[in-house]
Amino acid sequence: MLARRIIPALDIHEGRVVKCVRFLNPRDAGDPVDLARLYDQEGADEIIFLDITASYEKRDIMLDVARRVAEQVFIPFTVGGGIRSVEHIRDILKTGADKIFITTAAVQIPHLITEGAERFGSQCIVVGIDAKRRTTPEISHEDKKAWGAWLQEDDPRGWEVYIHGGRTPTGLDAIEFAAQAAARGAGEILLTSMDGDGTQAGYDIALTRRIAEAVNVPVIASGGAGTIDHLYDALTTGKAEAALIASIIHYGTYTIGEIKAALQQRGVVVRVP
Amino acid sequence: MIAIIDYGMGNLRSVEKALQHLGYECKITRDPLEVARADKVILPGVGAFGAAMANLQAAGLIEVTKDAVASGKPFLGICLGLQLLFTESEEMGRHEGLGIFAGKVVRFPEAMPLDVQGLPLRVPHIGWNSLNLKRPAPVLRDVPDGARVYFVHSYFPVPEDPDIIAATSEHGVEFTCVVWKDNVCATQFHPEKSGAVGLQMLKNFAEQ
Repeated sequence: MLARRIIPALDIHEGRVVKCVRFLNPRDAGDPVDLARLYDQEGADEIIFLDITASYEKRDIMLDVARRVAEQVFIPFTVGGGIRSVEHIRDILKTGADKIFITTAAVQIPHLITEGAERFGSQCIVVGIDAKRRTTPEISHEDKKAWGAWLQEDDPRGWEVYIHGGRTPTGLDAIEFAAQAAARGAGEILLTSMDGDGTQAGYDIALTRRIAEAVNVPVIASGGAGTIDHLYDALTTGKAEAALIASIIHYGTYTIGEIKAALQQRGVVVRVP
Repeated sequence: MIAIIDYGMGNLRSVEKALQHLGYECKITRDPLEVARADKVILPGVGAFGAAMANLQAAGLIEVTKDAVASGKPFLGICLGLQLLFTESEEMGRHEGLGIFAGKVVRFPEAMPLDVQGLPLRVPHIGWNSLNLKRPAPVLRDVPDGARVYFVHSYFPVPEDPDIIAATSEHGVEFTCVVWKDNVCATQFHPEKSGAVGLQMLKNFAEQ
């Protein structure tokens, strides 16, 4: 039986891993290759790199990072951030990367999904969706328990797709958009809840489940992981095939090994290398 | 020297990088002479079966590949490189393969059973799945039964001779994922992306 996947995500700025506080003030946190190797050794099933380099001229730095990762990391890895052409996709895959992901471009130039899938296979085209609930709750996200409970509940008003790193609302319904992306050839959906992101109160379970049921491709749940319970919920009730993690391992709350051991004990099928 | 046959199907860098990481000399090549001279040969590949056979043909690599197999030197097929060894594939019509092993390459069934989440199992089969070891192929030395390896595929081989099956895996159906006969071994999964277990297999191959 296929294992549910645990995927660390690294934000890359001009070739270095950075930690951002709410998309601002990137602070240097080390060499991407070193961190990727560490997570590989700890049992990561894949690694996702998000290039947040703003300057177009410095985009080639990420290609160099991907090349160096391919020399030292022997599990699948995915690169995203600022991709807008088939040529760019080709350049990334040529480094040895297994998949690419597009978020803003998936909304603005959706035929890129189809072109990428036709040329390289849908297995390497991941569509990123940044989604936010249309409802504003009465509670504060600092009340993690209440916020986490809110993210478990279905929302009749639905979720809206955002682009440009969460800055621009599009008016699009996230569930409809996910179904369209899969129909266009996306091999996987990387679903980030903007309500969960950075709160460590839990994934948006209702959103994850709605999208997993609406598409016939795997969904990677992202945004909000603070405890192992959150991952468990995403991989069971949320019906995600994979869970993205960032802060909880970057800050050393848990190791990937600890997370997998705990999930396995609770009956989730994971790969324990 | 290990020759990695380049016939324009998918990314070969990962295989090259993994072997280099392990300290083995290897070369990505489409030169028939270089393939003939190599001590060991790898046939990798990702993509469609028909296009792959057409590319092999166009590059003049069909005979060279068959010769490498017949020569008795260690030969490893990976993913599409495994499928090409069989008689034929049903991917997008019917396509003839290299015919080194008798059997067909078929797709996962249209209607897949439901998984534990109540969703149909996905095709392509992508991710880490476990091996059921059947026979001790040299490539599988020191690989434990149940070890997980990385798959990306929609088709799998059905060998006519069950004796060549060295390992299977399960995704709705039990399917063959390692075949082995004499000097030829092939894996449906990607050892070069299967972490420590995969590197062990590549080492086993290179040390033969």
